[in-house]
Amino acid sequence: MQTQSSDSPVHPFECVTFSSGEQVFCLEITQIREIRRWSPVTALPHAPGDVLGVMNLRGAVIPIIDLSARLGLGTTAQNDRNVVIVAQGKSNSSGFLVESVSEILAIGTDAIQETPDIKSDLTKGYVGGVIALEDEMIRVLNLDNLLQTETGAAA
Amino acid sequence: MTGSNAIRDTFFAECEELLEALIEGLGIMETPGHDPECVNAVFRTVHSVKGGAGAFGLDELVAFAHRFETLLDMLRNGEKTVDRTVMATLFKSADVLSDLVDSARSETQADPNVVKAGHDALDQCLSDAPKEDAFSFDAISLDFDAQPIQAPCPNRYLIRFRPHDALYRNGHEPHLILDTLSEMGRYEAKLNLDDVPPMSVYEDGCAHLTWHISVTTELDETAVQDVFEFVGTLCDLTIEQVALADDMDCKPSIPDSTAAERPVSSSTPATSPKAGLTPKPTLRVDLDRVDRLINAVGELIINQAMISQRVEELNLPSTAQLNNEIEEYKLLARDIQEGVMAIRAQPVKLLFQRMARIVRETSAETGKTTRLVTSGETTEVDKTVIERLSDPLTHMLRNAVDHGLESPEQRRASGKDETGTIKLSASHRSGSVIIEISDDGAGLDRTRIFKTAVEKGLIAADADLTESEIDNLLFLPGFSTANTVSNLSGRGVGMDVVRNAVSALGGRISISSIPGVGTTFTVNLPLTLAVMDGFVISVAQETMVVPIAAIFETVHPRREDIHQLGTDDVTLLIRGQYIPIIDVAFNLGLRQRKVPPEISVLLIVNNETTGLVALAIDDIRDQRQVVVKSLEASYGPVPGISSATILGDGRIALILDTDEITGLSVSATTMPLAPSQTSEQTYADTIQ
Repeated sequence: MQTQSSDSPVHPFECVTFSSGEQVFCLEITQIREIRRWSPVTALPHAPGDVLGVMNLRGAVIPIIDLSARLGLGTTAQNDRNVVIVAQGKSNSSGFLVESVSEILAIGTDAIQETPDIKSDLTKGYVGGVIALEDEMIRVLNLDNLLQTETGAAA
Repeated sequence: MTGSNAIRDTFFAECEELLEALIEGLGIMETPGHDPECVNAVFRTVHSVKGGAGAFGLDELVAFAHRFETLLDMLRNGEKTVDRTVMATLFKSADVLSDLVDSARSETQADPNVVKAGHDALDQCLSDAPKEDAFSFDAISLDFDAQPIQAPCPNRYLIRFRPHDALYRNGHEPHLILDTLSEMGRYEAKLNLDDVPPMSVYEDGCAHLTWHISVTTELDETAVQDVFEFVGTLCDLTIEQVALADDMDCKPSIPDSTAAERPVSSSTPATSPKAGLTPKPTLRVDLDRVDRLINAVGELIINQAMISQRVEELNLPSTAQLNNEIEEYKLLARDIQEGVMAIRAQPVKLLFQRMARIVRETSAETGKTTRLVTSGETTEVDKTVIERLSDPLTHMLRNAVDHGLESPEQRRASGKDETGTIKLSASHRSGSVIIEISDDGAGLDRTRIFKTAVEKGLIAADADLTESEIDNLLFLPGFSTANTVSNLSGRGVGMDVVRNAVSALGGRISISSIPGVGTTFTVNLPLTLAVMDGFVISVAQETMVVPIAAIFETVHPRREDIHQLGTDDVTLLIRGQYIPIIDVAFNLGLRQRKVPPEISVLLIVNNETTGLVALAIDDIRDQRQVVVKSLEASYGPVPGISSATILGDGRIALILDTDEITGLSVSATTMPLAPSQTSEQTYADTIQ
């Protein structure tokens, strides 16, 4: 999910938008394995606060992460609209708990702007670009960076 | 295209087996008193590799195999004797050959320096071979000293050789075979044309000729058999040794002993026995298929657990037939699972052979002479375990040669054999696989280990550690005693990497060392990674699993057996011994306060370093077989938890690591530290 400079060719870009920590984010549709309802997870001892636990996804053990907490936006309040977005990274998958899923968006890669040069390195690492849609800012998540913290930092 | 690729794949698969047989054969050649036949077996493997490589136009491989073959040929002809240099060259050539095969397979270029070095070593060996040296023949006899001495007295053999059609079809030329025989000594051949039908009924392409050959030679029967070694199955062949009338100068005992050795030698078929290298018939199966099957069986076992649970929930009367059927289903599922896992099990032989190469190379680089003694090569271990053991074993063996063994001078000074011995052994012991790496070096320098640990700030300078605690300092991250970063070990990857690799396999590693006598590393691994028997337990409302193999006994403690020690710790008195009680829920951070042990169930487990420990849990709910799912792959290591499993209700239960959970509080020396803690803190906490 690279930001595009103006002269590079335009590709169609389809993504799923969702809200987390009262901000709107999206992940490219090819990175999403499935979206499922929240079900209780098995907590992991000594896990960082944003790791809720592990869940059984048809025989696979996948970690479930509170996206809002990982982004430093506070924990997600539990409600009926909560869903888990299972995302497939290069080597592993993880589930992200988000507040709610909004829609599928089809745009061109030219609509993705570079992340503005903000102060927070945390945010810059996790947000690969932004999309301006009407009045709303949609933050394109950098999935690899989000998942890297998993096997990397915990080791 | 796919057809030729399949043939190519088969060739490389065969190469793998041939190279394995080659190394094994060389290993036998190295032992004194080996069967001379093994030289032939070695020759055949190299020849087969060469033949196959020729068919695929792998010229570099062919060229090298050819040189290699030349040397082996000289050895089996007795033109050259097997000594230490030759053996070294042979091993080196085998390494180069295997490199060449690897690069041919991956269609890359082999390291030209390595290949050149291989060629040079062979040339060196070939050039100083004394051709037609009168003494060389005696010398080779001495080498095979367990064999009856084959004094150079002539033997006469009568050979009946009747080629089949297939011999001609495969392009063998009888006259070349006859030529070879004629070079062996006095030679006489008669061609029998009796079987040739009259021209009226003659059919083209059928073999009818039979030769009767008499050879008088100083070579033994094996040499005669070898002439036919590539046509053995393609002809009718009898080789008969007959008494020689002018056999006066030979000691009479020699033919006797030969006869006693080979009572059937009078009619031994020329398909010469492969000196114990004959492989069992096997079936080559695509690994993906096996893995798919294994996954399916994993699901089957989970499914079986779910059904059992549902049936239990029905609360049927215990006499219900369904209960029996469910029990049967369980047994069948287990049978299938064991059978499938056995498919993946492989002997560690190949791994050990690779390690032999590591030892040779490391010895060469450090200028030490080393003998690697392996045992238990047939021990079978899961394929994945073998694959993932390769790196840690390599590291340990390099360490053993580089750090474990002293220099030849030091060894001589301390009255030891200059050649260091490294033992590598594998064995099965009560449901696990034990791999031991031991050297006969100087043993661990505990003073230096302690000093280094203090310098690196890993422990307090006044820490009071037992010997085994000091030894275990080696496993701490960032620990390396090497003062200089050598080429071999001490690249910053220390024993902690080895330890992590072993624990990732669900195994344990321990050290024992005696000053001046040597150091032994023991790696204890589970037989299979996929399934294990466990107790399903509850810990602070969470369901968890403990491997049954780890548990010695379970205890409902009596109040009078529980003794407070200090402010916060409790011990259990069991058969006169006080052992620490560990509150699992508290150590995992699931409960903020410890629960009084009187109301807990205690699982007595043996910790490799600290001895017996009692794990306090809330309840044991069930005993069942669980399918192990890795947490590391999807998440990363979790302190105190080895892996996870899926229970009958579809939820995930964590599998306790009984060693680590005790390590979380009892002793930090063997514990990978939780990310938030620094090593100093943990040590400071535990060492006082």
